Amino acid sequence: MSDTLTKGPETRPAPIKAVPVRHPGRWAAVVVIAVLVAMAINSIVTNPNWQWEFQLQNAFSEPVLHGVWTTLWLTVAAMAMGVLLGIVLAVMRLSPNPVLAGSAWFYIWIFRGTPVLVQLVIWANLGSLYRQISLGVPFGPAWFTIDTRNLIPNAVAALLGLGLNEAAYMSEIIRAGILSVDEGQSEAASALGFSRMQTLRRVVLPQAMRVVVPPTGNETISMLKTTSLVSAVPYAELFFQTSSIGSRTFQVFPTLVMASLWYLAMTSVLMIGQYYIERYYARGSVRVLPPTPLQRLRMRLTGKELR
Amino acid sequence: MSEGTPVRGRGQPDAVEPGVASAATAGAGAPASAPPMVKAEQLHKYFGATHVLKGIDLEVKRREVMCVVGPSGSGKSTLLRCINHLEKIDAGRLSVDGELVGYRERSGKLYELREREVAHQRRDIGMVFQRFNLFPHMTAMENVMEAPCRVKKEPKNAVRERAQALLDRVGLGDRGGAYPSQLSGGQQQRVAIARALAMQPKLMLFDEPTSALDPELVGEVLDVMRRLALDGMTMVVVTHEMGFAREVGDSLVFMDDGVVVEAGDPKEVLLRPQHERTKTFLSKVL
Repeated sequence: MSDTLTKGPETRPAPIKAVPVRHPGRWAAVVVIAVLVAMAINSIVTNPNWQWEFQLQNAFSEPVLHGVWTTLWLTVAAMAMGVLLGIVLAVMRLSPNPVLAGSAWFYIWIFRGTPVLVQLVIWANLGSLYRQISLGVPFGPAWFTIDTRNLIPNAVAALLGLGLNEAAYMSEIIRAGILSVDEGQSEAASALGFSRMQTLRRVVLPQAMRVVVPPTGNETISMLKTTSLVSAVPYAELFFQTSSIGSRTFQVFPTLVMASLWYLAMTSVLMIGQYYIERYYARGSVRVLPPTPLQRLRMRLTGKELR
Repeated sequence: MSEGTPVRGRGQPDAVEPGVASAATAGAGAPASAPPMVKAEQLHKYFGATHVLKGIDLEVKRREVMCVVGPSGSGKSTLLRCINHLEKIDAGRLSVDGELVGYRERSGKLYELREREVAHQRRDIGMVFQRFNLFPHMTAMENVMEAPCRVKKEPKNAVRERAQALLDRVGLGDRGGAYPSQLSGGQQQRVAIARALAMQPKLMLFDEPTSALDPELVGEVLDVMRRLALDGMTMVVVTHEMGFAREVGDSLVFMDDGVVVEAGDPKEVLLRPQHERTKTFLSKVL
């Protein structure tokens, strides 16, 4: 104790000399994995059935790129719809008003309790339930009437099916986030004269985000892949396009691999985005934000601490 | 005892102690007709079947510093939370600055206030919590500026100036950019006091403001509160700091089991408690 308190040049004690623990298990694992990787590479390079050249020719063809674009905007739009509606549902569910809370519960019950594929097909076929939608007095005259076949084109059916279903899941994630914020926070806000809406928007939701972002990233990645179900509507997203190329050219397996690679590339981009969003909402809860991978790389290259 | 003893704040300045004099004589500045800052009559509060406040009568005069002491579970914090309507009272009358808390009275009938109106009432009442409750996602400066900007919609530049002055006043003028997690407990509590003061309240409520602090840090928070009292702020302080109650308090209320057991001049009550319950409590804490 007294040694550390005395001033003067610090002399570092000699490090302990000991034989480090050996890890033979790790070496065995390396050998097994190396063999498996070699087998995989061998197959990829030598088996002509992968049809790499065919894949490369088609991966950037016009219909596939169009499918990629459709998948992307569907994911973004459905998630945006899911998050916004999810916030509304979560707030309703936590409301002291039993009618609002009950309605939100009912919505979640319906949309979480039925398969999303079935919901998508139902939206696409809604026209067979109602030939027309009219607004007017019940049993009385109608002010205007719309033909449902024009009202719900396949793009809208796809978006509604994915977005409304997602809202049910997102609302539970957001509700968990809201519940995770300490009660003292809303009390402090109330004591300062905040209204309930202000408290929610300025104090509770920003703190809930820390809890909400990781599962939302999960949902977004899941959504990107769930868009493939839209091919049943039918709507021409990535999987629809690649499988029609596959059935047209009889190259079913290569087109499946091609679609997988595209999905993998897109989810990778999303994961990077999630990392930065999480970092943003960590403000205030960690004392110093850890450097981003880019900053770390730059630090290593320049050998300097970033500030 | 089932009925609370009516509490009188210190009416006449008891001018022997120079340190307390300025806060005590301050009451003379207010017009004689002005209503008391807080007036509670036969206040009752239940949590389910538990009777937490059993008929509290109490009056806090303008510029008075009232300290509320008592064992935990005696209803001190609940009383404080009733004053700004964080808890709803079940019976009795409670008014702040002559206005009923949470209700409006029109021709002998009580009307519950809307949420917006309750929020409006709370603007004038500052509250400081045991666990600070600073907003962790905002810097100290943003914490102080948030309510005047969002609630009162005051222009940002004016608020920033005032917030800086308040942070200077609590001794944290240079830590405005720090997040709460980067501040010590005592610093956080001082920011919390500045945040409450930013709304320019006429009444400040302190709910055990130093109970969650390391003993070393208690002093800095009490210093800020002492200066606030000297500036003439009306304060109700729930505390276990008997030294603070004796030095700064104009009146002291001892609560136990939901009733006011004893009240009066802090020096009197602390030195010569009249009731057996007060004596046993004080013998343990002093």
